Amino acid sequence: MKRTLQKTLIYMILTVGALFILIPFIWMISTSLKPSNEVLIMPPKFIPSKLIWENYKIALEAAPFNTYFKNSIIVTVSVTAGEIITTILAAFAFSRINFKGRDLIFTILIATMMVPGEVLTIPNFVTLSKLGWIDSYKALIIPWCASIYSIYLLKQHFMSIPDELYNAAKIDGCSDFKFLWTIMVPLAKPAIVTLIILKVISSWNSFFWPLIVTNSKEMRTLPLALSAFTDEFGTEYNVLMAATNIIVLPVIIFYTILQKHIISGVSKAGIKG
Amino acid sequence: MKKIDKLRKSNTFKGLLYIFPATLILIVFKIYPIIKSFTMSFYTDFDYLSGEVYKRGLDNFQYVLRDPDFYLALKNTFYFVLGAVPLSIILSLGFALLLNSNIKLNSFFRSIYFLPFVTSTAALAIIWRWIFNGDYGLANYMVLLLGGKKIKWLTDPSFTIPILVLFNVWKGMGYKIIIFLAGLQNIDKKYYLSAKIDGASKWNIFTNITLPLLSPTLFFVSITSVIGAFKIFDEVFVLYNTGTGPLKSGLTIVYYIFNKFYRHWQFSISAAAAFVLFIIILIFTLIQLKIGKTKSNY
Repeated sequence: MKRTLQKTLIYMILTVGALFILIPFIWMISTSLKPSNEVLIMPPKFIPSKLIWENYKIALEAAPFNTYFKNSIIVTVSVTAGEIITTILAAFAFSRINFKGRDLIFTILIATMMVPGEVLTIPNFVTLSKLGWIDSYKALIIPWCASIYSIYLLKQHFMSIPDELYNAAKIDGCSDFKFLWTIMVPLAKPAIVTLIILKVISSWNSFFWPLIVTNSKEMRTLPLALSAFTDEFGTEYNVLMAATNIIVLPVIIFYTILQKHIISGVSKAGIKG
Repeated sequence: MKKIDKLRKSNTFKGLLYIFPATLILIVFKIYPIIKSFTMSFYTDFDYLSGEVYKRGLDNFQYVLRDPDFYLALKNTFYFVLGAVPLSIILSLGFALLLNSNIKLNSFFRSIYFLPFVTSTAALAIIWRWIFNGDYGLANYMVLLLGGKKIKWLTDPSFTIPILVLFNVWKGMGYKIIIFLAGLQNIDKKYYLSAKIDGASKWNIFTNITLPLLSPTLFFVSITSVIGAFKIFDEVFVLYNTGTGPLKSGLTIVYYIFNKFYRHWQFSISAAAAFVLFIIILIFTLIQLKIGKTKSNY
């Protein structure tokens, strides 16, 4: 009897927590489908009298969402691909190839993790403007194509792969490069998938950096577009929420499909970092 | 002997080749800016495009440390850190403990709590702005239901930091819950078993077994939370429509750095402020590491 009571109480608290998390999302979806005369009323209606899908059409037509989507996808895909390739190569060298200065270089790179990114913004901006990269894909992509955190994480995984495998492959005349891509990478797949997922999410949502290195509408990514959108549709909350949902939805779908990987990946990455 | 030398030479070349792409990017966009930012904060007269420096000194640091806006930013940021970090840690630890107690829908709840973490802060801030709308927002509806009066959430300066704290707790809770759960699952079950045999109470088990054995996770979460909280910017920027909130009540340190750099074009002052932020974060991290060392010798 006492146990059931306890269980019920636990479930109640967990449900209240879940509602606390979900209400803003429900409120967004509900508002985005409301007719204009049901938005600004008190008390608010949670279920609109009829569903106005028009709001999404208005939102999509009000801003060049095609361009923003394209930019966000180009940037996210390139940054993720770039980072994974540089990470795999570097993690392999740091874990398998025994060369002079290896540990020193690795230590210096690890030390940079302690400096907050905001400190680097100004010199990076100057570098990019000297290179003439401001307001271009290069500025949005290249600085993010390497991450010491990812290298560190993958290096740990590579090191757990037994040396015998490497030695045997060497004797068979397998080159390092071939060994890396045909044996190491498939064996470290779970770790690499985690890195890809985390990178996709952080890149898709990134705000501060694109805000600083882009200034034309043609180069803006989705999160920035939204902040500009609010100036135009300040009080038309139904259209604004429709626009917000357009930006949020892809990530939510991505998350729903891959949530098991994401959650186990984050818990592993968190404990190691 | 010669052969080994040759092998090592070729290894060095190969090793450098493999790390070249990553290292090049990290040197240009990470190591160089760290050094540059430090030296730039001492430039008092310079041309940023040509890179010519006419005068150096401590003027930028003097300016920052005398600027009332900077102190306001410090005050607001500290206020935010003090509110957000303990609250989010206590709440997420509590939820993690509940989820860890053999709950059937464990993974279902977990994925809901984690949802805001994967969603763009900018998009979420816009939803929150609508929730805290002074006339028709959901928050005021709740207040009215509870018999209160409408509150001007977003234009009353005294609510700025509390709203930011709530937003931050809401967004980051899921991540911390998952880290705590991983830590809890690492604790060896035999400790609990022997405690049960000894007839220890639940509270005793929590304070004498769970908490000490969880302390590495607890320190990891508190260090990363403090660092993250000190760097708050996106939330304010979007919630207050690219402003700093009523009466600058949402002006934070990173916002100050951003303003100096992006809106006033005072690069060296901005760099100096960024360095002050770095020093503050470093001091806090060192204090926490020190506390962590004395308290977690298990």
